[in-house]
Amino acid sequence: MSWFRRIERGLKGSIKREMPDGLWRKCDGCGEIVYERVIQRNYWTCNKCGHHFMISARDYITMLVDEDTFEESDANLTSVDPLEFKDSKRYPDRLKAAIKKTALREAILTGKGEIGGHPSVLGALDFRFLGGSMASVVGEKVARATRRALEENRFLVLISSSGGARMQEGILSLMQMAKTSAWLARFSEAGGLYISILTHPTTGGVTASFAMLGDIVIAEPGALIGFAGPRVIEQTINQELPPGFQRSEFLLDHGMLDMVVSRPQIKKTLVGIFDFFSEKRRPAEEARKPAVLKTPPHIEVKADKDKLPPKA
Amino acid sequence: MESWLDFEKPLLELEKKIKDLKALADAGHPDILHEVEKLERFAEKKRRETYEKLTRWERVQLARHPLRPYTNDYIKMIASWFCELHGDRLFAEDKAIVGGLATIGDYRVVVIGQQKGRDTKENLARNFGMPHPEGYRKALRLFRLAAKFDKPVVTLVDTPGAFPGIGAEERGQAEAIARNLFEMARLPVPILVIVIGEGGSGGALGIGVGDVVLMMEYAIYSVISPEGCAAILWGDRSKAQQAAEALKLTAPDLLQLGVIDGIVPEPTGGAHRDPKTAAENLKRSIIENLGHLTRTPIETLLERRLEKYSRMGVYKE
Repeated sequence: MSWFRRIERGLKGSIKREMPDGLWRKCDGCGEIVYERVIQRNYWTCNKCGHHFMISARDYITMLVDEDTFEESDANLTSVDPLEFKDSKRYPDRLKAAIKKTALREAILTGKGEIGGHPSVLGALDFRFLGGSMASVVGEKVARATRRALEENRFLVLISSSGGARMQEGILSLMQMAKTSAWLARFSEAGGLYISILTHPTTGGVTASFAMLGDIVIAEPGALIGFAGPRVIEQTINQELPPGFQRSEFLLDHGMLDMVVSRPQIKKTLVGIFDFFSEKRRPAEEARKPAVLKTPPHIEVKADKDKLPPKA
Repeated sequence: MESWLDFEKPLLELEKKIKDLKALADAGHPDILHEVEKLERFAEKKRRETYEKLTRWERVQLARHPLRPYTNDYIKMIASWFCELHGDRLFAEDKAIVGGLATIGDYRVVVIGQQKGRDTKENLARNFGMPHPEGYRKALRLFRLAAKFDKPVVTLVDTPGAFPGIGAEERGQAEAIARNLFEMARLPVPILVIVIGEGGSGGALGIGVGDVVLMMEYAIYSVISPEGCAAILWGDRSKAQQAAEALKLTAPDLLQLGVIDGIVPEPTGGAHRDPKTAAENLKRSIIENLGHLTRTPIETLLERRLEKYSRMGVYKE
């Protein structure tokens, strides 16, 4: 292909853009080199294309809660190996590796905190820990978080990023869908408010349980959200998937979400909703600002890279 | 014979031989009756040996047996009256889930189950028992009908899974399943769930939350199909046998893990060898359980239902 046509089509050259760590970062969305300080100030979203880098559970919670108000719960809950599951690796070895990699004990972080002065319970899945998969511990921690929100009359916020139910705990993982949903039903019956935030990617048993059960469901832009993964669907129906399929904007168009909100606006959105449902006076403007995140984002999930949604 | 499984074939051949010899004896060769008896004893021993030692993968094959009774077969055999109801009132009628009003023994219940097809044409209509969101929303409509008129719900679970397709995703497959889990957890009537064949993941659970959950003896219930698990964890679908072993998906496994409350016995060789006996066992079990459930105050049932699911899972603290 001639040089001129390449330019005409807007194709990028094949020169590798590798940069030293620190100052600059290549955006996983648009491929542009972006100044790290700038995207950090944007809560790890690209200032050129709006791409949302994956961040850790702790960072997500840090961003949402008012400074120094977060108090972790059930941190000592750890997984065992009820099925003595072994594929190419033993499950306990996979767990050990995940713990070492993430410095987390399980795929979810839960606790209490204040959001714009509103007493809340938060839980955030961490995709780095075995793909944010749900097994006994995740289910139990979500159930306990919901129960705590119920008993202490707090708002509930769960942030999802997950490949679904964890195969290594078999049917027990599946049952966590029923467990978390049952507690959310109990919470809802008592008049509790639950806001679900979906981030890239949220699929499988997590989507088919607590993630889709929010009184209000919010998604970050461009997140892959679905029941079945795109590859499974493609293989089943032997058909190419439409552009933007299973992305946040697609779900919004199909009536599955209340709104798509970019990360820097999420705290403000939550506080606005909490203010609406709360009897208390509105908090000071300062309390509505999300905290600045210092740690770098995750590596992008590769499988979905080729199916980015059309840019808005 | 093409519908039969490998481990069934020697037994069937033996049974055919016995039948032939018996016919011969009846036709004027009483001297071979002794031989027939010996052969029958041998066949019985062989049968017991085969079914006592079934591997998990063989049980998966039994649960998916093309001759196994499906939801409609059971409804025909256990209900003295059945009126099928259709449609979710939102988008479509999904034939992968059947539901309606039924009289079983002295109980008037709402019965709902996934339905597989018996031949290609029916499988196309039933989508191989893989529901779309409409199926789950039809089920939800019927749950609410049951609650309104204070009728117990009986669900029969038999699906490879919820359908992974474009339309299913567009119309919120995940939401439809999640909504059912949420609503079933607090539905103010007794719910009895029986996995009669294949309990395929979220697609099974979508009608599978209840006060009592039972499995037929050779049914399976799993977070993912052995083939799907093998593809992801072994990188090779043909490792499904190993995945089936690792997943611990048989009725005895689930009873041991505390996920189900009991097992409904099947005739030797599985429900398809003697559907009538299988249906009688199922009916007896339904009537017995509905007896307990309908005598319990609904507040107690709801409290116990939440406790039941709260207990599920194993972890260290």
